[in-house]
Amino acid sequence: MSADLTRDDVIKVAALARLRLTDAEVDLFRDQLAAVLGHADDLASLGTDKVAPTAHPFALANVLREDVIRPSVDRDIVLAAAPDAQDGRFGVPRIVGEAP
Amino acid sequence: MSLPRGWEMVIGLEVHTELLTKTKLFCGCANDFGAEPNTNVCPICLGLPGSLPVINREAVELAMRIGLALNCRIQDSTFHRKNYFYPDMPKDYQISQYDVPINAEGYLDLPDGYRVRIERAHMEEDTGKTTHLGTSGRIHGAERSLVDYNRSGVPLVEIVSGPDMRTSAQARAYVAELRAILVAVGASDGRMEEGSMRVDANVSVRQSGEPFGTRCEIKNVNSLRSLVRAIEYEALRQIEVLEEGGSIRQETRHWDEDRGETSTLRSKEQAEDYRYFLEPDLVPLAPSAQWREHVAAHLPALPAALRRQLSELVGEVTDAQADTIATVVDLSLHDYVLAAVAAGVPVTLALSRAANEVASQIDQRSQLSTEAFIDTIRRENEGEISATQSKDVLLTVLVTGATPAQIIADKGYVQMASDDLAGIIDGIIAANPDDWSRFVEGDPKVVQFFIGQVMKATKGQANGKTVTEILNAKRG
Repeated sequence: MSADLTRDDVIKVAALARLRLTDAEVDLFRDQLAAVLGHADDLASLGTDKVAPTAHPFALANVLREDVIRPSVDRDIVLAAAPDAQDGRFGVPRIVGEAP
Repeated sequence: MSLPRGWEMVIGLEVHTELLTKTKLFCGCANDFGAEPNTNVCPICLGLPGSLPVINREAVELAMRIGLALNCRIQDSTFHRKNYFYPDMPKDYQISQYDVPINAEGYLDLPDGYRVRIERAHMEEDTGKTTHLGTSGRIHGAERSLVDYNRSGVPLVEIVSGPDMRTSAQARAYVAELRAILVAVGASDGRMEEGSMRVDANVSVRQSGEPFGTRCEIKNVNSLRSLVRAIEYEALRQIEVLEEGGSIRQETRHWDEDRGETSTLRSKEQAEDYRYFLEPDLVPLAPSAQWREHVAAHLPALPAALRRQLSELVGEVTDAQADTIATVVDLSLHDYVLAAVAAGVPVTLALSRAANEVASQIDQRSQLSTEAFIDTIRRENEGEISATQSKDVLLTVLVTGATPAQIIADKGYVQMASDDLAGIIDGIIAANPDDWSRFVEGDPKVVQFFIGQVMKATKGQANGKTVTEILNAKRG
């Protein structure tokens, strides 16, 4: 599968991540991504029929906290880190498209 | 509403409900509707680098209650990242359950017995709230937008039904019943208008018996009434397109309440690619058998059981009484009624006062203690105050929070003595001789006329039962 990774695949993945790549970068990342996927193919060739799927590398479940309020961060500090703010809110440029 | 020429609707609903926790799903910020913008935020719900989410135990408990109430299988589950770019999510992904939700494959029975399958009820975090600046207030034409992240990270459960509903009335009944269940189990306040419960409707049409047609998803439905209107509008729109030889595009459509129509929001031609992957910062959720059993054992009575209980207390239930019972249960007023019955007040009287007077001031219900409710209608039942006075006392308690005894004293509410009443009734009989002869001849309908006249003459201070007794005595 990795050998079939095309430049178009790289351009699509870059677009989903909002990355603009030069032609040279597309080639560079095609090779690098193909190597990563090649490694995954190696793993896929192993017999894992009798191995339960792993959701997390730690053998842990139910890491929970109690429903107790903890202090939030002061709004002036929060908004000081924003490029733009108005009326206690973050300001963002015109949004193209609707929320999913 | 019936559709023309053999067409049938197919409706599936996605209902999001915010959970009534004290804190957000993954951090200790307050889950508090209506707070000043961006005052309940921290590095976790702002998605700052290096912050790590930790799941709120109470949110898991409420999600399990919802699952149990909807007859779902509760299972070990995982969280995924749903990746997208939109300023309502500062992390650029939403943490949501994907292929393995906490609750799967249940069902909800509508009050008429119709069964709607529940595909899943999964946990996820809510997004921030955007305000669009510009003339329209909507996103189109906005010059810029402002974002408040107080809601970002608030726990949600999304309940996805099967495509099982065939009429707008069924869709309405489903949402009403689901809302009553969510409120009954303490998971939600069920307020559609405030957005704490949100409904998206998937609607398609087909000729009866044919395979499913292409569906459209309708958003911005903020009340049961809008839900019915939006579904009916959309079904008729699709039928018109198909009958003119066109085809339906799968898309998301926006319901415009003022115009009464849906319009394209976003085409689904470019299938969304959210690149879901397991959230590496969270380990799986695997509630122990002991925890699940504890939740099951403490599940409150559900609306269907409460309606059954109240119906059995009434005995022979008329259609009007069934409606009254449904109202009482939908608004969670059953505690008043059950307590009043336990205190010896007739169930029909308690139901009527709860479904009318209390329901009319539902936002003020915290002013009315169970004791004050019982005290008022017991006085009415024992003839100490009239029905008109009793209603006014209840409404006054709801508005002012005063005690019934205080209100009765302040307003001078006392039943008129029988002797005084008899004199008034004699006057009314003399003024209406024709009606009186009909009453004497045994026409049962005239009695209401006389009671009405007496109430008018006494400004509601007479007891209807006493008036009837006096009238019967005078007939001889």
